[in-house]
Amino acid sequence: MSTSTRPAVPADGTVPADRAVPPDGTAPDRADPAVAPPPGARLAAALPGRVLRTPSEALAVRWRPRAVVVGSVLALVLVGLGVLAMTKGSSALTPGEVVTALLGDGDRKATKIVLGIRLPRVVTGVLVGAALGVAGAVFQSLSRNVLGSPDVIGFTTGAATGAVVQIVVLEGGPLAIALSAVVSGLACAVVVYLLALRGSRSGGYRLILVGIGVGAILSAVNGLLLTRGGLDQAVEAQVWLAGSLAGRTWTHAAPLALAVALLLPPVVWLGRRLAYLELGDDAATQLGVRVERTRLALMVLGVGLTGVAIAAAGPISFVALAAPQLARRLTRAPAPPVVGSALMGAALLVAADLLSQHLPLGLAMPVGLMTGLLGGIYLAWLLTRTKKA
Amino acid sequence: MPRTTTPDVVRTATAGAPPAARLRAEDLTLAYDERVVAEHLSVTVPDGSFTVVVGPNACGKSTLLRALSRLLRPARGQVVLDGQAISSYAAKEVARRLGLLPQTSSAPDGITVADLVARGRYPHQRFLRQWSRADEVATEAAMESTGVLDLADRLVDELSGGQRQRVWLALVLAQETDLLLLDEPTTFLDVAHQIEVLDLCRRLHRDGGRTLVAVLHDLNHAARYATHLVAMRDGVVVAQGTPREVITAEQVEAVFGLRCVVVDDPVTGTPLVVPLDASR
Repeated sequence: MSTSTRPAVPADGTVPADRAVPPDGTAPDRADPAVAPPPGARLAAALPGRVLRTPSEALAVRWRPRAVVVGSVLALVLVGLGVLAMTKGSSALTPGEVVTALLGDGDRKATKIVLGIRLPRVVTGVLVGAALGVAGAVFQSLSRNVLGSPDVIGFTTGAATGAVVQIVVLEGGPLAIALSAVVSGLACAVVVYLLALRGSRSGGYRLILVGIGVGAILSAVNGLLLTRGGLDQAVEAQVWLAGSLAGRTWTHAAPLALAVALLLPPVVWLGRRLAYLELGDDAATQLGVRVERTRLALMVLGVGLTGVAIAAAGPISFVALAAPQLARRLTRAPAPPVVGSALMGAALLVAADLLSQHLPLGLAMPVGLMTGLLGGIYLAWLLTRTKKA
Repeated sequence: MPRTTTPDVVRTATAGAPPAARLRAEDLTLAYDERVVAEHLSVTVPDGSFTVVVGPNACGKSTLLRALSRLLRPARGQVVLDGQAISSYAAKEVARRLGLLPQTSSAPDGITVADLVARGRYPHQRFLRQWSRADEVATEAAMESTGVLDLADRLVDELSGGQRQRVWLALVLAQETDLLLLDEPTTFLDVAHQIEVLDLCRRLHRDGGRTLVAVLHDLNHAARYATHLVAMRDGVVVAQGTPREVITAEQVEAVFGLRCVVVDDPVTGTPLVVPLDASR
């Protein structure tokens, strides 16, 4: 460095890559103490984001403007998509009519259509997408792998097995199907966790490989059940397996909203520790993070979110895989952000539902198939370009 | 290989342990699942020392360090930190007293040096107080003393091995603990970077008044930097004391099975192990 005084503004990042820094850090360019920046200032300039501190430091947080902007834009896009989705259908409404109906000022017919039929579908889509996005962020962080999402590591297939058994063998109703999906998704996660456990710790790669194996077995079981069931049940199961938001009412949306309201806050709370888990188990433990306890709690929450999402909409793929990575890239964060992934997941699913409903006749398909198609393309792209996967 | 070939040496070595020691291991049995690595292992880390643990591969030295830093729960016995069993502290409380540089750690993709080092402040933070002025000052001081402040906004992925190790060391220093445990801090580094990191460790020990415990592979490095040397073999402390007391031709052969002569290092005057030519 040629300057003799160091400004208190950002270290400009023009340090040559091969510059050898003296190990003691007492570079000769810090000679003049009169203009030395106050302690912490040089670091503060180099750290990303801004700092918000109250005088007593009861609240002192670092926040990234970029994350806030991305989150706000995603929320706006989500609202726009939601309103757009509610204009479409057998009787078309204008966005203005939808908004007035939502505010309670619309005419009776529009209000009935919007609040009674279209809003629950959109709300279900938002909640399912958010739950899947967060579950994906949790598992990708825990496994330190972009492939570590619940639809890749078998939990989604496991939940589907419970639903298919309920439809084909027990011939249960919608509530029974939803419950079986949640329970069998949890059971599948426990099996994968125990099989992946080595000593008292569960590893990242093992979790993914074991999960893919268990998922493959259960997928075969699902196929077997379909061929053994009666024709009507097999068709019903096939429809369920496609994953759809069609015909979702408040009886779907309300319990889902309750479950997400219970499961999401603890994930946000524990999400801070995810960043430390990514340093490796030893480094995290020595920093005072209870690694295995945190991991188990997050897995349970992630599996729970996956389970309730599948119970409401069937096995929807791709959202959990892609939403966290898209959110991470947009916010330029080192790890998938929890809230950003929720917003991105919701926006993706509502957009996919909108698209799948309004493709030209003959191409229209359930949203699960649409996301599966998009997800396959995304997965292939991901596999060909990541170095670690 | 028979375990505890020299039990009497162990007893004499640990009998006169000084009372003033913030960190000590008492009668540990260390095991991974069924495999027992050490039994009845007692080690005291003298306050203010630069203690180096040496020994052949699989002698249990890294396992001992894992136990001292509560990464490994002993099957029997206990590690005592500041007069209390280390397992009785809250996790963050231990992290405010004792820092560990682990053998393996992974930096998330795309993280900057400053961001990574700042994570060393975790034990001092709460949910609503995640980044106080004290955090800022301590992190900068840690980066300053390891010479990585000029790298602050560089990506960790782009650094050389020596720079990266200094960044990880800065993370542990940002914890502001007086006890520092280093698990093979020079592995994967070329010789110049090994010396660079060890010089830095020595300066942290001398200038900062910290107590350091390091596991090292290279005997000559151990002799050069340690103020207190612990030699282990098969899960047993075979000898401990100053490098001059521990590094003798007989002990090196007893611990490592290596025939050698010990001469004075022409630069530092510390013992220097020169292996004999086995083919002659």
